Amino acid sequence: MKTFTSTQIWQALEQVKDPEIPVVSVVEMGIVREVLVDGDAVRVTMTPTFSGCPALDVMRREIETAVRQLGIENVTVETVLHPPWSTDWITDEAREKLRQFGLAPPQKHGGDLISVAFLDVAECPRCGSKNSTIKNSFGPTLCRMIYYCHDCQDAFEQFKPL
Amino acid sequence: MNQAIQQILTQKLLALADDELILAHRNSEWIGHAPILEEDIALANIAQDELGHANLWFELHQTLTGDDPDELAFFREAAQFRNVQFVELPRGDWAFTMLRQYLFDAYELLLLDQLQYGRYQPLAQACAKVRNEEIYHLRHTSSWIKRLGLGTEESNRRTQAALDELWPYAQQLFVPLPGESILVDEKIVPNLGRLHESWLERVRPFLTAAHLTIPSNQTPPTNNRSNHTHHLTTLLADMQKVARLNREAVW
Repeated sequence: MKTFTSTQIWQALEQVKDPEIPVVSVVEMGIVREVLVDGDAVRVTMTPTFSGCPALDVMRREIETAVRQLGIENVTVETVLHPPWSTDWITDEAREKLRQFGLAPPQKHGGDLISVAFLDVAECPRCGSKNSTIKNSFGPTLCRMIYYCHDCQDAFEQFKPL
Repeated sequence: MNQAIQQILTQKLLALADDELILAHRNSEWIGHAPILEEDIALANIAQDELGHANLWFELHQTLTGDDPDELAFFREAAQFRNVQFVELPRGDWAFTMLRQYLFDAYELLLLDQLQYGRYQPLAQACAKVRNEEIYHLRHTSSWIKRLGLGTEESNRRTQAALDELWPYAQQLFVPLPGESILVDEKIVPNLGRLHESWLERVRPFLTAAHLTIPSNQTPPTNNRSNHTHHLTTLLADMQKVARLNREAVW
């Protein structure tokens, strides 16, 4: 039986995308927390983004499938709630991908969500203007809010800081 | 954990889950009916969050009892639910829905702030997560109450009527379960009496600033979570209908 290193497992998980934002992977989003390889057994630990997110089950299944496709049969995917997922964990590369996807990346808050998240400043992913106004703290998915760019004169979405 | 603690903790988790589940369903009734599209989206999001939170509490309950969350949500009768009547009252008008959600959000945020430091780790950790999501709810509903209270004569009148009706029921949130003091002594859950005081300190001045008068009637029709209005039966008939059509259906 071929054995794998955890690096190879991490690489395989790079192929699992967030079903609601297909340009970023579950690794870049900080959803995969740990990969443990013990002989022919692999244990992946993941953490949910928003607790009511309907994409969670899909991601859990796809993570398991991605590991199985390497030829590993003994796979467990465990979900942990602690420490709580934060948008600060989204990598810089993923932030740029979000922006190109048309979704303004969330501001980093360093744990002080209340003071940073509620400044209501978002940079328009199209023109880079900060001359924007929040229109709705809620959007088409749990993780998005809606802003209006006064320079583009059009609405845009921001990934909600959490 | 000894058996007495586990037994009351199980009941507490069920009460927390049922409050969120029933409130989520009431809010979801607005989908497609909210005054404007953006509010339709916002309230659907809030409902979805609360449903996610209900699911977390049901899963914690499951780790202690083995009970399947879907079984609890869809196959219990009204008398077996442990939510407060406050969340089961019909959705009413927009002012009623927003005010109820505001009063609940203010309570929930304070509760989670305390629960996240509780000594039962699985519950504390879940609360630390849920708390961050709740911040957005309170911001949204409090801005609505300000807008409605300080808006037109009609919006103020409707919000005041909602407050008059909801205020006694809202107090049900702060009534401990029989035996809950064991959990307080073990530092698993906060003292609801003190939480009530903090809640009043926050919501009273806020509502007054929104030109609303705090009703003098503070006495709910019941303090027992086993007592329900007929509205819960109607709600469940709707919520459980599809699941009960075919018990074996896979979702």
